[in-house]
Amino acid sequence: MKLQTATRLGLYAALELARDPERTLSAADLAERFGVSAHHLAKVLRTLSAAGLVRGGRGATGGYRFTGNRRRTTLMDVVALFEPAPGRRAPEPGEATPIGQGLQRVLAEIDEIAEATLRSISLETMLRPRR
Amino acid sequence: MGTIRAAEPADLPAITDLDRRLTGETKATYWQQTLERYAGGPPDRHFLVAETDSGALAGFAVGEVRAWEFGQPAAGWVFALQVDPKLRLKGIGTTLFDELCARFREQGVRRVRTLVDRRDHLILSFFRSQGMVAGPSLELDREL
Repeated sequence: MKLQTATRLGLYAALELARDPERTLSAADLAERFGVSAHHLAKVLRTLSAAGLVRGGRGATGGYRFTGNRRRTTLMDVVALFEPAPGRRAPEPGEATPIGQGLQRVLAEIDEIAEATLRSISLETMLRPRR
Repeated sequence: MGTIRAAEPADLPAITDLDRRLTGETKATYWQQTLERYAGGPPDRHFLVAETDSGALAGFAVGEVRAWEFGQPAAGWVFALQVDPKLRLKGIGTTLFDELCARFREQGVRRVRTLVDRRDHLILSFFRSQGMVAGPSLELDREL
């Protein structure tokens, strides 16, 4: 499954901050950990902040901390902040043909399985040591 | 939390009632037959119940070791795991699952499997939180 860069960074940042909700990390700290630009990450953090998952971050050195619920927040909750909802994309050429419709059924099946997987894994489950 | 024990015929009404409350369907015959096959049956079949301190049914789990199903070597299969909604988030489901896994291990198997409705995010999340990931098989179906 291909996720946009912002989505992957959103998952990295949410998980890193959720690892210790008491800890504050700046966009620059997080950017260094993941080897990406602080500017790019600051944009992602603003989206997470608007969703109530993180709080903080005034200026380049402002720190962020996790304010969501680790047990109730799933990977899908984070992905949905950055990726278009299934079925919300513009129709593509050929989709109305029988072949196009058949292909859409296969792609919808893949999307449904991917969504079920992302929706079933909470941040808490991700951060727990594997049994 | 009370205790985990093997299910007995007397548990049938409470099991049927809990399943009815969770699924909206009464399946008395199905649970009676399942109890007959699994409770007190061969050692590779397990029907466990969790009881509250006052002896009420808190949840139940059914599982069995099966070999070469779908071409796979022996594994413990979890067929059912239900917890009273009023008693959730107390670790009852985890205790039932752990107990089933312990029994599977005693029988020498090293893998545990289950099948879950992919729209049932609650039970999917539960099994994920137990460390389960996608297994080697993909379920397929069609209308007849």
